[in-house]
Amino acid sequence: MPDTLIIVAYLFAGVLFIKSLGGLAHQKTARRGNMFGIVGMALALVITFLIDKEFAYTYAGGAIVIGGAIGAVLAARVAMTSMPELVAILHSFVGLAAVLVGFASFLGPQAEMTAVEHTIHEIEIYAAVAIGAITFTGSIIAYAKLAGKIGGSPLLLPGRHGINVLMVVGLVVGGVYFVKTGEADLGLQLLIANTVVSGVLGLHLVAAIGGADMPVVVSLLNSYSGWAAAAAGFMLSNDLLIVTGALVGSSGAILSYVMCRGMNRSIWNVVFGGFGTGDSPAPAKTVTDQGEAVAASPAEVAEMLCCAQRVVIIPGYGMAVARAQHAVSELTRKLRERDVEVLFGIHPVAGRMPGHMNVLLAEADIPYDTVLEMDDVNPLLEDTDVALVIGANDIVNPDALVDDASPIFGMPQLEVWHSGTVVVFKRSLSPGYAGVANPLFFRENTKMCFGDAHDSVTDVLAGV
Amino acid sequence: MKIGIPREEFPGENRVAISPGLVPKFAKLGYEVVVETTAGERASYNDSAYEEAGASIVSRDDAWSADLVLKVRPPIDGEEIEQLNAGTTLICLFWPRQNEELAEKLGKQGISLLALDAIPRISRAQSMDVLSSMAAIAGYRAVVEAATNFGKYMSQQFTAAGSTDPARVLVIGAGVAGLAAIATAREMGARVIAFDTREAVKEEVESLGGEFLTLEFDESGEGEGGYAKVMSEAFMNAERELFEEEAKKTDIFITTANIPGKEAPMLLTTKAVENMKTGSVIIDLAAETGGNCEATVPGEVHDHKGVKIVGHTNLVSRLPAHASQFFGQNLHNIIKLMTKDDGFVIDEDDEVVRGMLVLRDGEDRWPPPKVERPAPKPAPVAEVPAPVVAKAAKTAKAKSHGHAPEPSTGNGPLIALAVTAAVMGLAGAFAPTSFIQHLTVFVLACFVGWQLIWNVAPALHTPLMSVTNAISGIIIVGGILQATTDASQVVLILSAVAILVASINIFGGFLVTQRMLKMFRGGSDA
Repeated sequence: MPDTLIIVAYLFAGVLFIKSLGGLAHQKTARRGNMFGIVGMALALVITFLIDKEFAYTYAGGAIVIGGAIGAVLAARVAMTSMPELVAILHSFVGLAAVLVGFASFLGPQAEMTAVEHTIHEIEIYAAVAIGAITFTGSIIAYAKLAGKIGGSPLLLPGRHGINVLMVVGLVVGGVYFVKTGEADLGLQLLIANTVVSGVLGLHLVAAIGGADMPVVVSLLNSYSGWAAAAAGFMLSNDLLIVTGALVGSSGAILSYVMCRGMNRSIWNVVFGGFGTGDSPAPAKTVTDQGEAVAASPAEVAEMLCCAQRVVIIPGYGMAVARAQHAVSELTRKLRERDVEVLFGIHPVAGRMPGHMNVLLAEADIPYDTVLEMDDVNPLLEDTDVALVIGANDIVNPDALVDDASPIFGMPQLEVWHSGTVVVFKRSLSPGYAGVANPLFFRENTKMCFGDAHDSVTDVLAGV
Repeated sequence: MKIGIPREEFPGENRVAISPGLVPKFAKLGYEVVVETTAGERASYNDSAYEEAGASIVSRDDAWSADLVLKVRPPIDGEEIEQLNAGTTLICLFWPRQNEELAEKLGKQGISLLALDAIPRISRAQSMDVLSSMAAIAGYRAVVEAATNFGKYMSQQFTAAGSTDPARVLVIGAGVAGLAAIATAREMGARVIAFDTREAVKEEVESLGGEFLTLEFDESGEGEGGYAKVMSEAFMNAERELFEEEAKKTDIFITTANIPGKEAPMLLTTKAVENMKTGSVIIDLAAETGGNCEATVPGEVHDHKGVKIVGHTNLVSRLPAHASQFFGQNLHNIIKLMTKDDGFVIDEDDEVVRGMLVLRDGEDRWPPPKVERPAPKPAPVAEVPAPVVAKAAKTAKAKSHGHAPEPSTGNGPLIALAVTAAVMGLAGAFAPTSFIQHLTVFVLACFVGWQLIWNVAPALHTPLMSVTNAISGIIIVGGILQATTDASQVVLILSAVAILVASINIFGGFLVTQRMLKMFRGGSDA
């Protein structure tokens, strides 16, 4: 197949990817967007195989079939509550692939090129491997944190910024030697060293980020995986890889930025900060000096809900953990039958990845037009009779707005305390992921409904 | 806890501290509201309206003996003061700087006093700022007064019986009142020009459809190297001269330069008034403090050689129903702030509360300590075309900007562009063409991604991420390109593994996105 035709086909695939991301902007066009992506990818694969080269079809084809099967099974089996973990582990695969492609490119047959071109090529390989390795290990740590395999609290080594700087300097120095040396063996050793150091860097960076910042981390790693693909594109002089990588990279960066804005924090603060930890004094307040929380039984809650005119439900990660979304949906349906207006308020960083709550509610058949964003729901809370907080904590903390000693001071909140009564479904009075006590639980118009969110909601349901 | 709403006895005061609509809101905070009989009558809220809202109608004495007394005006010396019990908290407009003597007398009664006019001008307190809400009403009412006294149309007319030009309205001072006046006059179809010494308000004026007029001093030999610190006498004279000139073509002046406790600056001279056509109108919002116009007679509509000068001292009171409603809402927001779990608390650690506090249980707490931040302006009734730094000069000329505001541009995008340009320039100088081509593609794709994502609904962030994830599996192409028959065994294996993991990504990503998107459904099309 002539080269020009391949370039045009690649261009077309790139356009399809752009259409795909554009389609994802709205619910109505989202599915079509996904189809564009699939068609674009299929086109890219077919065209690549039509390039005038002797491909090892058994290796490539076999790998695609096996990988595809694994992917399909994963996609079919994953529970919606585990989406963040799946996305994180998928990011790590892109990183891994970038590393492997980098090594293959270094070890494989070299095309004819001038000295300058060769230098640039070497730099590209080195960068692609470094970004790939950071993405790989970073995503694995993110996965482990999200899946609960390791603790969510940040790992803060003394002088961790120094360690990071040291590693980056090491990488740059190694890179200079890598480019200068003509020996293949030394080059390979340096590339391996690069992989290891980058891997440790990625691991350390993500390990230092606390659990509450996970949504940002997930989208940040999404961005990294894009940059890794783009770097590989430079390495292989493949425009399609560059375009796609850049699209994914910049979209992930914006998502991270949007998330950070939702928490009223700068992205640097999230990436390098650690959260509610060594850097800022721990909150002095303990649970005891805040008064007493009033408990309510599910039957009382049911009665309250039936008498209400408007109920706003604030879901958080607790709902995901307890898989309570279907019970919540059932409750919503029953209340609507009784002419109670039921709305949902979603904080931009609720859950463990951006949009996590929306996916869960959608899974439970809750119409998306009753699911409102924070800015739309806050003004309505004043005229709300009952606000149901289900497994959320740091997004409904009044201290964040008034107490500048609070580590989450300045983070916008769903101001549930303005509504008539607040019912909080929670296991205990313990602080949330950010480790901050919440005075909401001790307010006069707050009732606590202790227990597993799923069981509590089911009990309430029985009373309605 | 009981909140008492006494009737306002100050002559000409038609407002009442809260409207009936707010009674349930106070009840929600845990307060019982008692209203003196006929308190809201002049604001068209009769006793039954309060009763229906859940308040009780009581005698004068009972209203004054509540735990918390809410008023518009300061209490009148004599009877009203004596009615206050020790331990009562009084919240009203007070002007503590001018009313020291009154404060002393109130102190002897052992009450706590919060002055609404002393609320700090910080964004958190915006919903409690009665001065702003009242100033906006005054600005609106000023235009209504102007139209009433103006024997002509405000807007342009084309009728079978002839046509008219729009009235030319000049608003002096673009503060809260000024801006409200500009908006109202524009709505009525007048041509509006606004004067303010602060260049910063130009955008606000233009956004409301007004033209901005400012005073521009030319550089001159005198005063070289030095700027006059405050509005100098020369500046004031230049300003007056400007208005004398403007008066010839202006039908309606609305002046809002008012500094509480100080005499209002004189801006419109008798000559300016005489320069106006007969039938013209001047609304002087500063009449209470002496007026911005030399010919103003406070409290009266005065006719000076065919020009009507409206000097009503309490314009807000001429729109009493909504003024009371907004006043009450501001009060509600304050009380809500001060209501803690254990009831009404005067928390001196709260900057807003401390700023208002004049007396605490009879003890003098005025003035509040300075808060560490750029000092807030002394609260003006209507914003003042404030003394500004002006270049000293001899000649002054007026400059009118009538064009639309330019789109504002921050520095951020410019810096990003500059950096991009610098990097590309560097690359262009040293790198081979092929690299530059790739770089071009890369940068453009970054921009496309940047533009695309801003539009994505937050609800779709998770599907978006899984789809971008699938797409970034495009790295599979890299793997395939390496897996050629002439490659070594090692390269083949590396490539095969790369292809394998990338395939997991592609299939897993697209399929899981498909699964998620199927679940999203709308309320109507389900």
